[in-house]
Amino acid sequence: MDSYFSILFSEVYKILFLLVPVLVSVAMIVWLDRRVWAFVQKRRGPNVVGPFGLFQSLADALKYIFKEIIIPASSNKLVFVLAPVVTMTLALISWAVIPFGEDFVLADINVGILYLFAVSSLGVYGIIMGGWASNSKYPFLGAIRSAAQMVSYEVSIGVIIINVLLCVGSLNLSDIVMAQQNLWFVIPLFPMFVIFFISALAETNRPPFDLPEAEAELVAGYQTEYSGMMYAMFWLGEYANILLMCAMGAVLFLGGWLSPIDIFPFNAIPGPFWLIFKILFLFILFALVKATVPRYRYDQLMKLGWKIFLPFSLFYVVLTSSFLLYFDLLPGK
Amino acid sequence: MIAHSVFFYIFSLIAIVSAVMVTVSKNTVHSVFFLILDFISISCLFIMIGAEFLGMIMLIVYVGAVAVLFLFVVMMLNVAEQKGQWFSSRWDGGTHIPVGLLVSLIIFFELIIVIGGWKYKPDLLNSLSINISTEVTNTRSIGNVLYTDFILLFQISGMILLVAMIGAIVLTYRERAGVKRQSYVKQISRERDEGVHLVEAERNKGVKIDA
Repeated sequence: MDSYFSILFSEVYKILFLLVPVLVSVAMIVWLDRRVWAFVQKRRGPNVVGPFGLFQSLADALKYIFKEIIIPASSNKLVFVLAPVVTMTLALISWAVIPFGEDFVLADINVGILYLFAVSSLGVYGIIMGGWASNSKYPFLGAIRSAAQMVSYEVSIGVIIINVLLCVGSLNLSDIVMAQQNLWFVIPLFPMFVIFFISALAETNRPPFDLPEAEAELVAGYQTEYSGMMYAMFWLGEYANILLMCAMGAVLFLGGWLSPIDIFPFNAIPGPFWLIFKILFLFILFALVKATVPRYRYDQLMKLGWKIFLPFSLFYVVLTSSFLLYFDLLPGK
Repeated sequence: MIAHSVFFYIFSLIAIVSAVMVTVSKNTVHSVFFLILDFISISCLFIMIGAEFLGMIMLIVYVGAVAVLFLFVVMMLNVAEQKGQWFSSRWDGGTHIPVGLLVSLIIFFELIIVIGGWKYKPDLLNSLSINISTEVTNTRSIGNVLYTDFILLFQISGMILLVAMIGAIVLTYRERAGVKRQSYVKQISRERDEGVHLVEAERNKGVKIDA
């Protein structure tokens, strides 16, 4: 019994050591997003609370905590309360398999990439549940849109992952990073990286694909009826998902914790910092896209996903596998 | 080992209770949510016996895609109202209930046959003709047999699914007249000559633009 408790405590300690930095960086990333957005538009953005406005998110969180939580009378109460919890939980549990360095990962499971993919495909439930339980037209329309959009773009993300897996020969995320020691996959699979980036934008409901919460048409989409801390949980879950997608992009294409060149000043920096740099780089790209690209129309979005991305990435699977087969480079024989 | 069996009983209890709730709960959307819970706990059971690949595929395919479509259909069609009509006391002599009873009877007898003929086989691993190695991950071992020994069956099942998909599209597709579609090529390749006309308008008479 004693050993059970010691295992339990060490695991809880490790989980807290992972989750607390993730939550803090989600708060910081909201600030960064608003800041980048403001700079593109020649504004200053949040710059009052703390140095450079760094504590703006904490002030916002405090505000959300003290606001009243309103549950609509005609809503389905249990599902309504469960929806933000589901979103938040799913956004956080996927961080368990992200490798921050060699042997520096909470759960080094064999099917890590499948786990990431599965959890991110579950993310749609938080949105559907919220939209349906609100029992109101705008949230419902937003939820339906979001579900269709996320299911569509998951397909192309899945095919892109197959491309990477063909080059690695393993579903383990650490193996995927170690396979990029000589060459990051962003170079041979550059078109796939671009498609992955755009699909990640759609998967996380970021602009220019933020149709589920298009404020001009749907007020705030599935979040319309939410208030106070429940709204903040949706918000946090969304940004945690965005960070996760950036981390996934960094691990799949940008060599995870590896340094760009294996010479002295670069490889002296520990691996986790490289991963964080890469996540930040991808996130700033996300923020720049938000600031510069206008919103897509819904039929254009579906057309892009099904008629352009899916055929192209399927074609690239054939191309990659024939290339690997012809030059006898297939891994894991 | 104790912790393992505790988790096994927790997950199987959730699976059984939610499977019962799928049929019992009055709200159809709740039924689908219980179905999803059932899928999730079954995939947890798969992971517990070491079939991690199957568990994850179960999550991705059933929970991530199939159940979303279920939810979609149930939410859009508003099945709850129809259900009330079918099972209300003023039954209008429709054919739903006799057919439903027939189908459920057939399934019931099938289940009895299956359960009657089912028994544990403790030496299953030794009696198999396929060589299962405990060294490689189960993703790799599934891939090894799926694409070599069973390639024909695998391809045939893929073809069947493809035919079913195309069939569903053909059956439900109907071309609607008068739908305006956007063509990028047409928009981009539009020249100034096509867009602007110089029209000689006669005095006190209108000009027809559409022609």
